Amino acid sequence: MGKRVNMEIKKTPLYKLHQDCNAKFVEFAGYQMPIQYSEGIVEEHKFTRNHSGIFDVSHMGQLFIYGGDELIKDLEKIFPLDLKNLKLNHSKYSFLMDKDAGIQDDLIITKINEGFLIILNAACKYNDLRILKGLLSEKYEMVLDENRSLIAIQGPKSSKILNEVVVGVKDLNFMSGNWFSFENQKVYITRSGYTGEDGFEISISNDSADKLTRELINKGSKLVGLGARDTLRLEAGLCLYGHDLDKDKTPVEANLKWAISKERISKGDFIGSDIIIKQLNNGVSKIRVGIKPEGKIIAREKTKIFNQSDVHIGEITSGTFGPSVNGPVAMGYVENEFSKKNTKVFLEVRGKKHAANICSLPFYKKSYVKGVN
Amino acid sequence: MSEVKYSKEHEWIRLEGDIATIGITQHATEMLGDIVFAELPEKGSNVEKDGTAGVVESTKAASDVYTPVSGEVVETNPSIVDNPSIINQDPENIAWFFKLRIKDKSEMDSLMSKDEYDKFAKETTT
Repeated sequence: MGKRVNMEIKKTPLYKLHQDCNAKFVEFAGYQMPIQYSEGIVEEHKFTRNHSGIFDVSHMGQLFIYGGDELIKDLEKIFPLDLKNLKLNHSKYSFLMDKDAGIQDDLIITKINEGFLIILNAACKYNDLRILKGLLSEKYEMVLDENRSLIAIQGPKSSKILNEVVVGVKDLNFMSGNWFSFENQKVYITRSGYTGEDGFEISISNDSADKLTRELINKGSKLVGLGARDTLRLEAGLCLYGHDLDKDKTPVEANLKWAISKERISKGDFIGSDIIIKQLNNGVSKIRVGIKPEGKIIAREKTKIFNQSDVHIGEITSGTFGPSVNGPVAMGYVENEFSKKNTKVFLEVRGKKHAANICSLPFYKKSYVKGVN
Repeated sequence: MSEVKYSKEHEWIRLEGDIATIGITQHATEMLGDIVFAELPEKGSNVEKDGTAGVVESTKAASDVYTPVSGEVVETNPSIVDNPSIINQDPENIAWFFKLRIKDKSEMDSLMSKDEYDKFAKETTT
């Protein structure tokens, strides 16, 4: 007998608000999520870049792990981060790897007073919890908190808008956070996001999520669906788990070695470190690159990439039309020798080969706030 | 008055003499969302009823455009390739896709009238 599985599609606490705003829904990672609202993906994308967009990312996992110095040591055996030097309320991008350095999830980990808060991908969160419980035994209290929603507000006007509702957030620096108050509720806000814009992610109790979001809308921000979230993150050169990252790819292959602590590599005592060190020393056979088609053709996930001699050298992992770039954009993995910027490649779309060039990421320049004071 | 008919694949077709102008319906554009790419058949090529005769892409996905009748492509509309967003703005008028010299007018008979199509579109969405 297997475990009973609850097959019901889940809804986030903002479901009613999405309906009120005429959302088109799709099922994503077991949740009914808005793909777009009435204005459409292109307008929502541009509004985020020029003003401020609100994203319901409540389907993502918010994992609180409680513990002190021993927890830091144990987590350093798992994540390739210098966690003992991570300051209170500061965040780092990282990944959960298997022993072959295959990426099981990518995540943001933040040092909080009582331990750590880890934001996990929706489709991976239960598996991540199972893996982490296994690795940490039962030593620490771990809560995958489903009583909290996660709301992102992104774009140049977001700081001003959110600060009108939650005073003080404008003083946060990029990749850092703090506890604030909304309607006498504790909310944890970090200056972060996944669009290439300045912005914030707000962890708030489910009961208050709708009220906060409606206030942000009243101040001039607008709801933006998963469709535009995808075009925004791709223009920003950011990876989407399950597409650009998976168990068959390592952080070195994914061109994410910047996220691995040099100090931790020198010690080499985390899960997957053998492979990571080997790949850093000897190079990798395939690597993630940006790809810009020369014409208008859109090369989507699984599109085959060929070199100038018509040899198959890789595959697209994400590809779409970038509304701010006003043209097609893509990322994919190619054999290392073809990964240099401006290398000409060919993309096979509907049986025809179309010229494209390897390019640096992002396609759209970031405007993160690094220091506000 | 020229006659406009509709296909189950959400194309419209307007016949004037033996020249048919073909495009996709308002309802199709609403289902697709923002159209950001369009590809048209080659001028001078022959297309067969219910065969592929173009592609439209939204930010999310690519969709084939079918031709509801057979014929030779005599003209294509370059403005939808240059500016695909006009397909969302005016799909059943300025954003036509291609014109065919049709072979067999009787192929029009199995297509739907405006009223029949509106009913069909409503039923297939819900």
